[in-house]
Amino acid sequence: MKTLIFKTASAYLLPLLLLFSVFILLRGHYLPGGGFVGGLMAAIAFVIHSFANGIERTKNIVKFHPGFLMPVGLLLALLAGALPLLFGETFMTGLWMKQAVPVIGSVGTALFFDTGVYLVVIGVTLTIIFTISEGL
Amino acid sequence: MNNPFIVLPVIFQLFVAVILMFSWNSKNLQKLISVIGSLIALLISLLLLIQVRQEGIQSMQAGGWMAPFGITFVADTFSALLVLLTAISGLAVSVFSVGSIRNARVKFGYFPILHLLIMGLSGAFLTGDIFNLYVWFEIIIISSFVLLTIGGEKAQIEGAIKYVTMNLLASVIFLTAIAILYGLTGSLNMADLSLQIAQVENRGLVNVTAILFLIGFGIKSAVFPLYFWLPASYHTPPPAISAIFGGLLTKVGVYALLRVFSLIFVPDDFLASVIAILAMLTMLTGGVGALIQNNIRKVFSYLIICHIGFMLAGLGIYSTIAIAGAIFYLVHDIIVKTNLFMVSGLIFKFKGTYSMRLLGGFYKDKPLLSLLMAVPLFSLVGIPPLSGFWGKLMLIKGAIATSNILIIAFIILGSFLTLFIIARMWAAVFWKDGAALPKKKQIKYFEELKPLKRKAMISSIAFLSLISLAIGFGAEWIMQMAIHIAENLMDPSAYIQAVLGI
Repeated sequence: MKTLIFKTASAYLLPLLLLFSVFILLRGHYLPGGGFVGGLMAAIAFVIHSFANGIERTKNIVKFHPGFLMPVGLLLALLAGALPLLFGETFMTGLWMKQAVPVIGSVGTALFFDTGVYLVVIGVTLTIIFTISEGL
Repeated sequence: MNNPFIVLPVIFQLFVAVILMFSWNSKNLQKLISVIGSLIALLISLLLLIQVRQEGIQSMQAGGWMAPFGITFVADTFSALLVLLTAISGLAVSVFSVGSIRNARVKFGYFPILHLLIMGLSGAFLTGDIFNLYVWFEIIIISSFVLLTIGGEKAQIEGAIKYVTMNLLASVIFLTAIAILYGLTGSLNMADLSLQIAQVENRGLVNVTAILFLIGFGIKSAVFPLYFWLPASYHTPPPAISAIFGGLLTKVGVYALLRVFSLIFVPDDFLASVIAILAMLTMLTGGVGALIQNNIRKVFSYLIICHIGFMLAGLGIYSTIAIAGAIFYLVHDIIVKTNLFMVSGLIFKFKGTYSMRLLGGFYKDKPLLSLLMAVPLFSLVGIPPLSGFWGKLMLIKGAIATSNILIIAFIILGSFLTLFIIARMWAAVFWKDGAALPKKKQIKYFEELKPLKRKAMISSIAFLSLISLAIGFGAEWIMQMAIHIAENLMDPSAYIQAVLGI
C-alpha cells in the first residue's frame, strides 16, 4: 500500500478529512451528522494516514495515547448533561445561549455533549486500531 | 413528585468511572478512588431511600420532555431500596477487590468497568421507560462481558461465550417484545403502557407479548429451563467479579419481571400458573443441580438458580403477602449471595482450591473466621432469626392464603435441599480433617498478602455479614417496607400518578 501517490495524497487528506469531520460534528443538531459520525470520520483520517505511512508515523502525529480521549470525552458529555442540574432543570435538558456565535451558530449544552461523543469515538477507534496493528 | 436529583446514583457512578479512567496507570490511586466513590454512592442512595420513604414516589423527566414522550426516571420504594442494595454490594465488592484483584486486571481497567456495571444496575432499577430499561440491560451485559473475560484465562473465555450467547438471545427476545408492545400501544413509558395495554382489544397478541417478556427476563434471571449459562460461567472469573454477578445480575431480571408483570401485564390465571410451575421447576433443578457439585462456586451458582425460584414463586402466587415475601427474599438474597462468593474467594486464598473433597479442617485452623463465614451460610439456609427465614415465611403464608399446596411443598423441598447442601458443605470444608494441600506456585496465598489487603477482604465479608444480621434482626422494619412495596406493585395507581400526573 505504500505507493508514492497514496502517500502524497494521504498528507493532504488527513487535514481535509479532519476539517470535514468537525464540519459534520457542528451541523449535527438539526441536519444529518453529529458526534458519532464525525468521530468515526476523524478516526478514518488517521487510519488512511497509517495505511500510507505506517502506524509508527501516525502515532508520532497523535503524540499522546488515544485512549486518553475516552475519559476526556466522557467527562465533557457528563458535564454537559449534568450542567442543567445547577439551574434547577432535569438531567440532559438543553440549555442554549441567547445570542448565536458567528460561524458555529447557536451554542448549547447539546454541542458539548456531541463534542464529548466525538472525542470518545476517536479515542475508542484509534485505541482499537493501534492495538490490533501492534500485533500484526 | 418531581425531583431532578433522583438520577444522581447513576450519574455519580459514571463520574467515578471517568475519574478512574483518568488515573489509568496508578493502581493504588484507582483502588482509593473506587472505595471512596462507592462510599459516597452508598450515602447518596441512602438519602434517596429516606426521601422516597418520607415524601412518596419521586419522578424525573430527562431533558425536560414530558411523559409519556421523554424518558422518565422513577424512584419508588422498590427502586430506591434496590439502588441502595446495589450500592451496598458495590461497596463491599470494591473493598474486596482491593485485596483480591491482581494488578494485571487492574491495569486493563477492572475498576472503571466495575463502576460502569453498577451504573447500569442503578439505571435499570430507576428507569420508568421500557426501552430505556433495555438500554440499561445492554450496558450491564457489555460491562459484565468485559469483567468476565478480563485476564483472558481459557476457562473464562469458555464461560463468557456461553454467557454472552444466552444473554444476547434474551436481549433479542426482549427487544422484539418491546417492538410489539410499541406497535400495539404507541408508547414506551411504563406508566402510560399500564393504562394503554388495558384498552387493547387484541388480547391474544398482548398475551404473546407477555410470554415473550417472560422468556427474555427468564433467561436473564436464570429461570428453568434456560438457566444453564449461569453455572457454566459464574465460577470462572475472580471471586470479586463472581460476587457482584451472583449478587446482582440475575436479580435485575427478577426486578424486571416483578415490575413488568405488575405494572404492564397483570397475570391472569393461566399466566400465573405458568409462572408458578416455572418457579417450582427452577427450585427443583437448581437444588438438585447443587447436590452433585464438588466445586464450592458451582454449588453457589446452582443455589442462585434454586433461590430465583423462591422469588418467582411470589409472582406466581400473586397476592400482596406473597409478593412482599419475594421482595424480602430478594433483599436478603442480594446481600447473602454477594457475600458467599466473597467467602469462597477467601477460602481459595487460604487453601488454593475450590474442591470440597480436597478442602477441610478450616474450622480448626481459623475458628473466628469460620464463625464469620457461618453467618452468610446459615442466613442462606434461613435458620431463624437469620434473614433467609422471614422471606420464606411470608411466601408460605401467601401460598397458604391462596391454598396453593404444591408451591408450599416445593418451597419446603427447596429449603431442605439448601439446608442439606450447606450442612454438607459445612461438614466438608470446615469440620472434616483436611489433608495438607500442596502449595501451588501461581497462587498468591493469604499469608503472603500485605496486611491492608488481608484486612480489606475480611472487612468486606464482615460488613455484608453485619447487613445480613441486621436484615434478620430488623425484619419487622424490612417487612413493613416489603409490604408497602407489594401494595404499590399490586395497585400501581400511585406510580402512574407520580409519572403522568393523573
